[in-house]
Amino acid sequence: MIWNEKIECATRDEMRSIQSKRLNDTVQRIYHAIPYYRKKMQEAGLTPHDIKSVDDLKKLPFTTKADLRDNYPFGLFTVPMSEIVRLHASSGTTGKPTVVGYTRKDIQMWSEVVTRSLCMAGVHHHDIVQIAYGYGLFTGGLGIHYGTENLGASVIPISGGNTTKQIQLMEDFGSSVICCTPSYALNIAEVMKEQGVNIKNLKLRVGIFGAEPWTEAMRKEIEDKLGIKAIDIYGLSEIVGPGVSCECEHQCGMHINEDHFLPEIIDPETLEPVAPGEMGELVFTTITKEGMPLIRYRTRDLTRLIEEKCACGRTLVRMVKCKGRSDDMLIIRGVNVFPSQIESVLLQMSEVEPHYLLIIEREGTLDTVTLMVEVQEQFFSDEVRKLQELRMKITRQLESTLGISVNVKLVEPKTIERTAGKAQRVIDKRLLI
Amino acid sequence: MLIKQLSIFLENKSGRLNEVSAILGAAGINMSAFSVADTSEFGILRLIVSDHEKALKVLRENSFSVSLTDVVCLNCPNQPGALARALGILSDNNVSIEYLYAFSVGETANVVIKPDDLEKCIAVLTEHSMELVKASDLYRI
Repeated sequence: MIWNEKIECATRDEMRSIQSKRLNDTVQRIYHAIPYYRKKMQEAGLTPHDIKSVDDLKKLPFTTKADLRDNYPFGLFTVPMSEIVRLHASSGTTGKPTVVGYTRKDIQMWSEVVTRSLCMAGVHHHDIVQIAYGYGLFTGGLGIHYGTENLGASVIPISGGNTTKQIQLMEDFGSSVICCTPSYALNIAEVMKEQGVNIKNLKLRVGIFGAEPWTEAMRKEIEDKLGIKAIDIYGLSEIVGPGVSCECEHQCGMHINEDHFLPEIIDPETLEPVAPGEMGELVFTTITKEGMPLIRYRTRDLTRLIEEKCACGRTLVRMVKCKGRSDDMLIIRGVNVFPSQIESVLLQMSEVEPHYLLIIEREGTLDTVTLMVEVQEQFFSDEVRKLQELRMKITRQLESTLGISVNVKLVEPKTIERTAGKAQRVIDKRLLI
Repeated sequence: MLIKQLSIFLENKSGRLNEVSAILGAAGINMSAFSVADTSEFGILRLIVSDHEKALKVLRENSFSVSLTDVVCLNCPNQPGALARALGILSDNNVSIEYLYAFSVGETANVVIKPDDLEKCIAVLTEHSMELVKASDLYRI
């Protein structure tokens, strides 16, 4: 089902016209309401009249996480606190958390885009939706919650963690949809196996996974282990939370709710827009948000856009699965390494669990990389030779994929910490100045 | 003839071996024979115990990677040249040995062998009147 056919299937011209009008309104509003933005625009020699259509977007200055930090906590809110009905915050990797504020209308808009996303994923109002994203300051839980209620499906607001209970409710309540991080989905599958749960006795049919990057190989693994269709949802709290974009059942890129969030792809080095269809950093401008609109916010996520109409009938522009983040990219001995590359190598090998931990250290001037991977019991051989062959196989595969040599360490099952939230895959012990 | 041997994957971390023996001890499982293969990175602990099913269960509950491997146990006199004779038979018949470990009790020596071809190994040893230890006897030692 398409929730808002008029918007989701609009022609490019219709969409452009909606976007241009909303962009102009947003720029007018922030210019007058926020001295910080006004100053930035004045420095760039711009007035709100210079921004008439989406073509003028590239004239505007960027906003980054640093801008949010400088204006902590409420400096970028365009409305008085009396109009803010909800606050969320994401943990900052450095320094203060990033705070976002929503007006009543923002919450409605957010519910709408999440409802659209759920419909894209093939969820119906008669589904039972188990929300295993964390509830609280993190946008995952409440974001999906409001959209699910808006759709009219039944919500199980279980939040993250307590895997045994998650499985028990799946069995007892007949959950048909699970929403959580992809790494937690694998964790649930693992515990099911331990407990001898037969997935055939469950009603699960769709999983909506997001909040961390994952690969196609991981999707296949989740689909096989849980017997569901695994849908990728995208969002970040600064823009709204989950529901910025989501895949439809064709799983061929995430449809961006571009009547609310205007996307651009830029070269993260030159900051210039890339040619259509090229890979680069995703930048969003929110064009309907009241509480905290953001202009050209740099997400650091690397992706590319697909403008062609989708087989599902939607014309909303699609973004491909994020290749990584321009800021979690590791530079090891001068080589760019994305953790997602390591994951795809491991998932291609049936012998090891996709749980891994990458440890980077610096000895003298040389970076050393150690990868800890878990050996699955069914492939554990009691012959030293075979285990060493496995270790060499992983080492060679990684070397040819990453272009650097990695010291592979085989570890016992369950050695690497499982989390209900975002999995920590990398420990960088280098002191890089 | 076939002996069920437990194989356990261990990381080279202090205390792991201790943990295995403590878990088995607490479960009332006795070890008859025991060997460790180690590399700089990891080790493989090989065990013959009084109750391998129970041992498998308690070790898995404690998140160890465990597998059961079929091995044979040769009983030969605890005398110079006895092992050489047995190994000579295997070698003459093209049976390769992946690993072996041994322990002696008084007059006799027990040699646990993991050959590449289990059936052939048993066949040639039996043909040459070599004595193989019965599983039930070994588990009781």
